[in-house]
Amino acid sequence: MFGDYSLSDLGAIFAMQGFAGLILFSVYVLMALGLAIIFGQMGVINMAHGEFMILGAYVTWMTSSAFQQYLPSLFPGYFFLAMSLAFIASGALGMLVEWALIRHLYKRPLDTLLATWGLSLILQQAYRSVFGAREVGVELPEWMMGSWQATDAIQIPINGMFVMGLTVLITIVVAYVLFWSRWGRQVRAVVQNRVMAGAVGINTEKVDRYTFGLGCGIAGIAGSAFTMIGSTGPTAGQLYIVDTFLVVVFGGAASLVGTIASAFTISQAQSTMEFFLSGSMAKVLTLLAIVAILMVRPQGLFALKVRK
Amino acid sequence: MIINSRFFNRSELIGFLTLALLLFVILPLSLDIFRLNLVAKYLTYAFVGIGLVLCWGYGGILSLGQGVFFGLGGYCMAMYLKLEASSVANTKIQSTPGIPDFMDWNQLTQLPFFWKPFHSFPITLVAIILVPGIFAFIIGAAMFKRRVGGVYFAIITQAIAAIMTILIVGQQGYTGGINGITDLRTLHGWDIRTDHAKFILYFVEVVLLFACIIAAQFIRLTKLGRILVAMREQEDRVRFSGYSVANFKIFAFCAAAIFAAIGGAMFTLEVGFMSPSFVGIVPSIEMVIYTAVGGRMSIFGAVWGSLLVNFAKTSLSESFPQLWLFGLGALFIAVVLAFPNGLSGIWQDYVQPHIDRLLASRKAKPGNGFSVADGAPAE
Repeated sequence: MFGDYSLSDLGAIFAMQGFAGLILFSVYVLMALGLAIIFGQMGVINMAHGEFMILGAYVTWMTSSAFQQYLPSLFPGYFFLAMSLAFIASGALGMLVEWALIRHLYKRPLDTLLATWGLSLILQQAYRSVFGAREVGVELPEWMMGSWQATDAIQIPINGMFVMGLTVLITIVVAYVLFWSRWGRQVRAVVQNRVMAGAVGINTEKVDRYTFGLGCGIAGIAGSAFTMIGSTGPTAGQLYIVDTFLVVVFGGAASLVGTIASAFTISQAQSTMEFFLSGSMAKVLTLLAIVAILMVRPQGLFALKVRK
Repeated sequence: MIINSRFFNRSELIGFLTLALLLFVILPLSLDIFRLNLVAKYLTYAFVGIGLVLCWGYGGILSLGQGVFFGLGGYCMAMYLKLEASSVANTKIQSTPGIPDFMDWNQLTQLPFFWKPFHSFPITLVAIILVPGIFAFIIGAAMFKRRVGGVYFAIITQAIAAIMTILIVGQQGYTGGINGITDLRTLHGWDIRTDHAKFILYFVEVVLLFACIIAAQFIRLTKLGRILVAMREQEDRVRFSGYSVANFKIFAFCAAAIFAAIGGAMFTLEVGFMSPSFVGIVPSIEMVIYTAVGGRMSIFGAVWGSLLVNFAKTSLSESFPQLWLFGLGALFIAVVLAFPNGLSGIWQDYVQPHIDRLLASRKAKPGNGFSVADGAPAE
């Protein structure tokens, strides 16, 4: 399959597909970070995660429309406000869902899967009723359009670079919050031993609620970033949910490093293969490879050793 | 062994007879052929449901990939029917006569090798059972031997469902793509599109369904079923007692896959086509919810669940398409939160005690009391 390309062509193809892969990687990481927190730390399978992401995307779209109409002068900076709003909206909805639904099901992880799937159906239909079935696209501010010409053969879009920078930033923030803040220590304590954590005075219910909220909030930011590279529809979240779960499982459920490493591997494999094979075959091969590896190594790439 | 002494206890016998009366007599007499065909379509999901009761309710293995097996069974049947429908005489206008029309559209000039066995009806029947069975065995052996279970198994089966759909849609020339395999006409020379054929197929399906119910009941009542329950409750204990947990799980998963495949094959016959929209993630999860609504521990519940949810789906989405998804979503949540044992749980908790009391008081009146041996065994 490489026969028709010269060596320098191949280099440029790999660089550009690699970069396309990096954008996919950013979306995967942002989605998977939230999921890894919820699934890895709390053991809850949140099938509605994609819908939380889409909520963030719709919030971004509404903010951008509002800015266009009422504050055109501030439009170049709307994204930062939109992102915060997306985080707050998805996080608040997440906490509400945790309170109403998830907290009754902590002992039955398989049932959280069914219940959140039901939630995702309701949310999808709600988006369809409110925003319409058509996909909406966000208009980018001028400074994000265009691309940066690295060499004559390699072009790198600016919005892609922005999304990547954002991903790196959020990953650092999440890592800081989980590993160095007081609250993060509480979360990890609850994960490792719920009873003992409660016994030393941690309010485990509150920690659960905020953890779930944080995971959903990050999904909202993922949705915000998603608007820069694709259009938003009511069912767009469902397209990503299986991939994202595989990213989390492949990386090792409770490990953030694993999540990032597996998101990188999967997105790069997929986008590089996409150039040479059809898109669907690239996806099939990637997913098959993951499933095969998971059969050999079920605990994922980076497994956290916890005594059960 | 006390519980094993009778194949059906009294309440199960009542359930069995009610269902038989409904499916064999009441529905065929009261519905026109179009509605009866719809019921037949709903019942194909009941096969999947019975399998899920065994593997999820009893074995504790939630598979979100039952659509794959449903689809494999359905596609095996569809391939046979399609080959029969695309005889050389029927496909004279194609550039390569004698191959299915969608292959011709995709510039294939030869029948792919894996289609060739499906010229023969006996091989097709065997394939409907064996292909999903072997596939399930491979997945099950790879996963359960390594003690992958629970949530991980659910996610991986879901990924397999996704892979299957993408593969079928992507390989248009070999599988018919997103449209699936359509325009099926005859089964061994017998036209399946007439009303008469649909009527007969309905009865064939109901007979098969009862065969599956009895098979599932048999599995449930033997020692095997007891071990499945024990495994779900305390897997380690069963393992330490010397049983091979993995093999029992593989068996339950394969049995569920084969039931699903029979349902899929019947689906193709009843509806007249097979497409990837019955294979993927969404249909697979919907099949789980039919079982959950009926009651994940009850074989009859699975049949009732498939009938009722699908009936609600058809009537609601006919008149209020918007409402249906809200309704389905609420159903998921309600079943999980409030009624984990579904309709059969509600029946057992609220209706059954009243009936028992009624029967008991009637028996008590003549003065001889009621014997414990006659009553329903304690749960």
